[in-house]
Amino acid sequence: MAKRFQIQQMPGFRTIAVVTFVLLYMPIFLLVIYSFNAGTSIAIWEGFSWRWYVSAWDNQQVQEATIRSLVIAFWASAISTTLAVLAALATTRTRKFKGQAAVFAMINQPLMVPEIVTAVALLIFFAMIKVATGYTGLMYLVIAHTAFCIPFAYLPIRARLIGMDLALEQAAADLYAPPFRVFTRITLPQLWPGILAGAMLAFVISLDDVVITEFVKSAGQDTLPTYMLGQLRRVVTPEVNAISTVLLGISVTMVVAFTALSKLKT
Amino acid sequence: MTAAAISARNLRKVYPGSPDVVALADASIDIQDNEFFTLLGPSGCGKTTLLRMIAGFEHPTSGTLTMHGEDLTNLPPYKRPVNTVFQSYALFPHLTVAQNIGFGLEMLGKPKDEIKETVGEMMELVKMSQMADRQTGQISGGQQQRVALARALAPRPKVLLLDEPLSALDFKLRKDMQLELKRLQTETGITFIFVTHDQEEALTMSDRIAVMSAGTIRQIGGPRDIYDRPAERFVADFIGDTNFVPAQIAANTGNDAQVTLSSGKTVTAKMPEGTALTGKVTLAVRPEHASIGAEAAGLLPGRLSEIVYFGTDTHFHVALDDGTGFVVRSQNRPNETLAFSTGDRISVDFAPGVGQVLRD
Repeated sequence: MAKRFQIQQMPGFRTIAVVTFVLLYMPIFLLVIYSFNAGTSIAIWEGFSWRWYVSAWDNQQVQEATIRSLVIAFWASAISTTLAVLAALATTRTRKFKGQAAVFAMINQPLMVPEIVTAVALLIFFAMIKVATGYTGLMYLVIAHTAFCIPFAYLPIRARLIGMDLALEQAAADLYAPPFRVFTRITLPQLWPGILAGAMLAFVISLDDVVITEFVKSAGQDTLPTYMLGQLRRVVTPEVNAISTVLLGISVTMVVAFTALSKLKT
Repeated sequence: MTAAAISARNLRKVYPGSPDVVALADASIDIQDNEFFTLLGPSGCGKTTLLRMIAGFEHPTSGTLTMHGEDLTNLPPYKRPVNTVFQSYALFPHLTVAQNIGFGLEMLGKPKDEIKETVGEMMELVKMSQMADRQTGQISGGQQQRVALARALAPRPKVLLLDEPLSALDFKLRKDMQLELKRLQTETGITFIFVTHDQEEALTMSDRIAVMSAGTIRQIGGPRDIYDRPAERFVADFIGDTNFVPAQIAANTGNDAQVTLSSGKTVTAKMPEGTALTGKVTLAVRPEHASIGAEAAGLLPGRLSEIVYFGTDTHFHVALDDGTGFVVRSQNRPNETLAFSTGDRISVDFAPGVGQVLRD
């Protein structure tokens, strides 16, 4: 019998794997190390210090950008998750309808269309609205973020709904539960790990966005990532490393929580 | 007579496609109060479709469905006083055993203490009182089955629907549950409509059975009627083992007929209801209703080709002179010596009135 192909046994496998991981994680590792640099360089080590964390914490611009990022991420993930739940229900709990595949593709469109296209389109579209209404608030960013967060919230929720036994909802209806109570008492309690996972994914994606934010934001509406990008154009200090390290910490926590939630069995 | 518990008139279900699939072809049926009624048939015969229509999960393409004279046809499942025991049980995994059983009562808006009391009674009824606070994932398949039953019985439905509820259980448990279900039905007095493809389950539990095939109801009757008096070949073949004997009707006297067999001998046979058959027909004879004897004594002469010992009984395979086969089954007795051995010339015999003329 032919031996099964095992990639681990190919020559150079180990080397390629090690090099890949080093390339992936070395820069992040260095970024974290230099966030504790006592000196002002991001390349020359001058001893351990919390200096840049304190500096970032005290920096009013960082504070404002952080709060702005969190506010946008909160609303974008809340709205996109709500819409994603409705979309997931409509694409899994209704009779098959004409154009269902097209609807599915349209919901996931932000995953396919280059971000820069969406960014330019939104810039132009919002500019028209700005001229017409005069409103220049944070809403534009919330709407933009909501739009590209929807597929990220939608996919885990839909996966969960598909995995759920339809007989449970029928059993509830059989036991005198009208449709809305079937949803609140049976569907929703089993769906919540999917909803939380979707919301978290949306939150992280929103928190991280640069391209669309850069195009859509008005003056003085820097989020943390766009603020950092702005800083890099001027003087680069380990303060940026410190902020990145904190963001990294948040993302890793979220990803771990996401994994745990998606494994959760009801 | 009051209106039937469930009355179906010309129920039809067609799933559009190419070609259209007719799941149920104009089925009509009346199920009385307090009946243990079984829909029996092979998979795809429409029995589950009919059950799901009564539950409200499927809508008939045409026809009507009434309960005690009230039209059910367009009522959603949550407005029908009917509960279902699902094949997969469909217990709510995020609720405890007690919460599962109380779900229907809760949805009906019953007061808390009444729910608690009824749930207690139900758990006692299915012998699950010790398990009230367990999660449904922590109990065995047999116990899940009992919880599913209790959950469906708790709201005291007018009709309980059971969709092959025993098929996932092992043999021993299935036997116990058959008796248990019959006991529950007698104790609660609720009409049970039971779907199964297992003829033995149907025969042991039912008051009446509807045998279905290809979307139509072939015969309705008590277990004995169905077994002893199958109206057509499908029913005779699907339930138990049967010998099909070619015959010719000599004289038709309504319920009975004189039929002439291939050997030229004539015997009295039962006619299917409401038919006036003439000419060539087929006779159904159960193996245990026939006997073997000396060549000249019986109705159908032949050669004993095989003797198979089964413990409780022995099967005698006979090659009849007309070219067909016939199996006779006879119960074994202690210290018995067989009068015949393989290869002997013998004949098959059965009493007048044993043979059943088939409609087709």
